[in-house]
Amino acid sequence: MDLFLGIDVGSVSTNLVLLDPAGEPYLTPLYLRTQGRPIAVLQQGLALLREQLSSRDRVCAVGTTGSARFLAGVLVGADIVKNEITAHAVAALHLVPDVRTIFEIGGQDSKIIILRDGIVVDFAMNTVCAAGTGSFLDQQAFRLNLSIEEFGALAKDATNPVRIAGRCTVFAESDMIHKQQMGHPLPDIIAGLCEALVRNYLNNVGKGKEILPPVVFQGGVAANLGMRAAFEKVLKTEIIVPPYFNVMGAYGAALLARDYAKEGGQTSFRGFQVATLQFQPRSFECKGCSNACEVIEIREGKRVLARWGDRCGRWGSSVTGAEEVNEEAKSIS
Amino acid sequence: MKITYPHMGNLYIVIRALLTSLGLDLVLPPPTSNRTVELGVRYAPEFACFPLKLNLGNFLEARELGADTILMAGGVGPCRFGYYAQVQREILRDLGVSMEMVVLEPPDTHWSELKDKIRWLVGDRSWWEIIKAIRFAWYKARAVDLVEARVLYLRPRVFEPFELESGYREALRKIDQAASKRELDSVVKGFFRFSNRLPRRSGSLLRVGLVGEIFTVLEPFANYDLERRLGLLGVEVTRSIFLSAWINEHLFGGLLRVKGTKHVKKLAAPYLNFFVGGHGRETVGSTVDFARQGYDGVVHVAPFTCMPEIVAHSVLPSVTKDYGIPTLTFYLDEQSGEAGIQTRLEAFVDLISARRERVRKEKH
Repeated sequence: MDLFLGIDVGSVSTNLVLLDPAGEPYLTPLYLRTQGRPIAVLQQGLALLREQLSSRDRVCAVGTTGSARFLAGVLVGADIVKNEITAHAVAALHLVPDVRTIFEIGGQDSKIIILRDGIVVDFAMNTVCAAGTGSFLDQQAFRLNLSIEEFGALAKDATNPVRIAGRCTVFAESDMIHKQQMGHPLPDIIAGLCEALVRNYLNNVGKGKEILPPVVFQGGVAANLGMRAAFEKVLKTEIIVPPYFNVMGAYGAALLARDYAKEGGQTSFRGFQVATLQFQPRSFECKGCSNACEVIEIREGKRVLARWGDRCGRWGSSVTGAEEVNEEAKSIS
Repeated sequence: MKITYPHMGNLYIVIRALLTSLGLDLVLPPPTSNRTVELGVRYAPEFACFPLKLNLGNFLEARELGADTILMAGGVGPCRFGYYAQVQREILRDLGVSMEMVVLEPPDTHWSELKDKIRWLVGDRSWWEIIKAIRFAWYKARAVDLVEARVLYLRPRVFEPFELESGYREALRKIDQAASKRELDSVVKGFFRFSNRLPRRSGSLLRVGLVGEIFTVLEPFANYDLERRLGLLGVEVTRSIFLSAWINEHLFGGLLRVKGTKHVKKLAAPYLNFFVGGHGRETVGSTVDFARQGYDGVVHVAPFTCMPEIVAHSVLPSVTKDYGIPTLTFYLDEQSGEAGIQTRLEAFVDLISARRERVRKEKH
């Protein structure tokens, strides 16, 4: 079967989605923890996919997204490298074609995307706060010795949610502990915490934006029933959590790859053998001018796959396998 | 007396021309770098805006090179900038750094004070000499702006951005060294000839206007090289503020015929009818201006906690609503992350190109 691969390498999770030509996931999407080792985890993901594919399957195009999209794109030979805001919007539009608002809360980032008539007209990402909501919820569940699923579900039993100071997670945690020491029941505290995070999200990320239904809620945090309920309570509208809500970036990247192939693009996918190659990243400071850019370089064996980080393009544009350039890099670093 | 002054984009070229033609001795701070930021942030109040921190870093680095006198601008209105020279003076004093701070107040409101300061600086030189020096500095400002505008236009069009960048740096170096107006003209002409020879793609590009507070607009280090990032994403950027326009308005009373911000101030009404300090009103007006000229979007930059720009930012949604022009605001300081800026810019470019595509389809 002709397949389209989408890869989202984020700060917390690395996701891979394989789509069939109809835009349906061909295998179960992979959701792996990045654990600060994007290259190794990406290779692990590719190896897992390869095991499940038959010899008749063929990857026709690849898209990458997420904060490590350039890195992932270089390693696998991506045809499309897209920012996560666009990738998330593309995926949501595919699953809920009339969507007008997208809430996306992941491990580190939270975003709001406003769409009208099927195109993105506005977006915002967390700036000064509302960051790390997913990681914070994880941490609180861990502190209470609950799984993240149990944690979210507990909020449903709340009778009287307490008000938690939610400006930032440091304050939220200390206020939460305070409320526990005061003797409030756990479900009320968790529900209160979810409401605080939702309030914070709407005030800091969604500030000034017109939130119209249908609202799609995606990203890892969308699994949390408490957060979903808190959104519904504040906005008084139904919140749609799409299937594959936690791999929407990779889903979107795969859809973009499919479009690329549809328009006749030839893939530069380097094949699943990437899973077993050795990559060496390194960085050096360019001494070419006063900017002193930190240039990052990825090598596979002796071959330089890519360089980036330089402002002027001296290194970035010089990667076409020319060995003398590599020598120059050595002498400069 | 060894004079230094803070960096703001290519301003150093203009001020250097001014001061050296008055026979003053000067020490330029090294180009703003991460070290500058570290120094500035260490000694500045946390919630002071980014320009103050960078200025302070510049002064300390210039001090290491032997500077003993600082030339700093003052300001009026609700923007805190007017107070910054004084704050910086106190910080330096607390650090035990003995440097003289000469604060040049804005000429359009404090003319006589400025006159006295200039006298103190240049001693008994005649006013004619001073005027000649100012005129020469002005020519340099014009030359810098012409080259910069050309680069903004060409960056998304050329196939070899690296060649353009090195040509640009070379041109700046030559402008900095030029000793006469004739020489300046030939440098600018030379750069235009060089840049016209660069192979480039044709077709119409996305156009984005850059508005906001002057320091963050003009200093690429402060705005994380936004103009270049946009250019490499295939977007033609037009700046709302150029140095020469600013000089013309504030120093020459708008006598010269350079496109300035006067009409832009008028365009800010009815969204913002008052002077809110800094460039708040110009930000709103320029956004309207860009919208009327059919630009695809506007990128707005400001230092984090900048009051005038926060006012402007809160007004921009109504401009967007009336004119349908998307805007994207960045508040910048030492905590801004490069990856976040790049991601938002890429998403913004996707947004405006989808929009343009839609408009094109509707017309057919």
